[in-house]
Amino acid sequence: MIELENIHRTFQVGEQSVHALNNINLTINKGEYVSIMGPSGSGKSTLLNVIALLDQPSSGIYSLNNQIVTQLDDNQLAQVRRENIGFVFQFFHLIARYSAAENIEIPMILAGVPIQERKQRVADALLAVDLQQRATHRPDQLSGGQIQRVAIARAMIMQPQILLADEPTGNLDSKSGEGIIELLENLNQKQTTLVMITHDEALGSRAQRIIRLIDGKIV
Amino acid sequence: MRYIDVFNLAYRTVISHKLRSILTALGLIIGIASVIVLTSIGRGVHSYVLSEFTQFGTNLIAVFPGKTTTLGLSGATISTVRPLSLADAVSLSKLDSISAALPLVQGNARIEADKKQRRTTVLGVGAAVPEIWKIKVAQGRFLPKNEQANPRAFAVLGHKLSVELFAGRNPLGQRIRIGSDRFRVLGVMEKKGQMMGYDMDDTIYIPTAKALDMFDREGVMEIDLLYNSKIQLKQVEKEVKRLLQRRHGREDFSIITQDQMLKSMDSILNVLTLSVAALGSISLLVGSVGILTIMTIAVSERISEIGLLRAVGAERGMIFKMFLSEALVLSFIGGVVGIFLGIFIVQMIKFAMPVLPVQLAWFYILAAFIISLLIGVIAGVIPAIKAAKLHPLDALRAE
Repeated sequence: MIELENIHRTFQVGEQSVHALNNINLTINKGEYVSIMGPSGSGKSTLLNVIALLDQPSSGIYSLNNQIVTQLDDNQLAQVRRENIGFVFQFFHLIARYSAAENIEIPMILAGVPIQERKQRVADALLAVDLQQRATHRPDQLSGGQIQRVAIARAMIMQPQILLADEPTGNLDSKSGEGIIELLENLNQKQTTLVMITHDEALGSRAQRIIRLIDGKIV
Repeated sequence: MRYIDVFNLAYRTVISHKLRSILTALGLIIGIASVIVLTSIGRGVHSYVLSEFTQFGTNLIAVFPGKTTTLGLSGATISTVRPLSLADAVSLSKLDSISAALPLVQGNARIEADKKQRRTTVLGVGAAVPEIWKIKVAQGRFLPKNEQANPRAFAVLGHKLSVELFAGRNPLGQRIRIGSDRFRVLGVMEKKGQMMGYDMDDTIYIPTAKALDMFDREGVMEIDLLYNSKIQLKQVEKEVKRLLQRRHGREDFSIITQDQMLKSMDSILNVLTLSVAALGSISLLVGSVGILTIMTIAVSERISEIGLLRAVGAERGMIFKMFLSEALVLSFIGGVVGIFLGIFIVQMIKFAMPVLPVQLAWFYILAAFIISLLIGVIAGVIPAIKAAKLHPLDALRAE
């Protein structure tokens, strides 16, 4: 479902051009569990951002569900993200003034889902991440692990086929991190494609497939 | 994304920063309220002045002696203005279009009744005063008709003068002395109040011819004409002009219609209202700068939130709408609260100072409300564009 062909991504840093992705060819099938590993600066975040449609490759072809997405305009990209991709970030990115339930609701608001349906789906999502008691709590009233579970519930609320996680446990203690990984792996068992960046070997090796990047190349 | 959700999110964001939002809206609240209060005073003064000038009836034309033009000759050669005479007034009153004429002489004299004296305004008038000036006789009757040329020595008292001189006694039939002449009181006028600071009740009405003698004048100061409202003012003016030109041989008089006077008064007063509205708008401008400031700050402190929204599928247009509607919600709240505050202050002024003429100017209130929404749009657009233009990835990375 994710097919990258000859993907290059170069950045201009001052007068130097940095080759962040160098001829990436990668296919990820539906329901796969892939971890992207590599030292910092190896281009793993850039690769995730390209897959996430947050960044456009300098050259190459990216097709998602057999649709070439490298040519889409900004609004179309937003729509593809909304419908196909869920995000889990290292720094959570919850909106501080909204409650857990409201944070989960946001992608549905953007997608124009009617309010009754939103309420029902938020309730289900809170149940799935075991936070039904925390629905009205704001992020500052939740622990790190709980915040990341809210973020996962938000990522999955539009039932995307792809879940992208950028160091999802990077800011958590090992116990909450373990819970988060189990939650993500559970989602993967329900046929969600899971792509996760990590530099934790133990974590990375749990995936079916490990992609190692060094200097923008898959090794 | 549904509009109701856009506004709901905007509203929730606005009330989540209560103090900040209140302070931001306060600028607009003060602006709108001051526009309302100032224009209410302007409108009040406007209708107060106009009613002062129409309380003496409408459909009036006044003829004054002398032509108000500038000539390139010395004063001596042009002082050949013929005074307006009583005969002029009589002949004007015979025009078809004129229903009454009132030759007027004004002066000041000492009035004596028994042992009381009072200096007051003496108006030399004709019988048509009640008809032309819309002022009623309270007691007795007014000066008799058809005595223009050689009238009997009758006088009619203004309300206040009657109270001052006779203090509760019946003044009718009493003899009084005006200057050195003796008059008999024929009637007392109703209370009329002040007009532009001039007390209409502290006056005495005597026949014009008597006043001409008393003040030793050749002609009357003005002739007030009541014209038939069915006839066009222009037509009336033309007839009056033609008649007097024939009588005087040339145009040595000026005609001022009440219409002209009211029109120029009206335009002056409209400028007054407009200029106080403009003064109030300065505070509106300041209020809008407040909204612009706060929206600019809001965008820069929520860059990472914008990144998140873009990542989970918000299009640029959605981000734009979200920030614009926040500015709109702020200005809407400011506008509504400002209108209520303004109306409240106007009511308080009415209550505390009943003499001060205030009148709610609904046109300006509506305009102020629309302007407040416009301010929201204008002040919100630039920050909203800035927010929408952010690249999702850069925005996400911002902390």
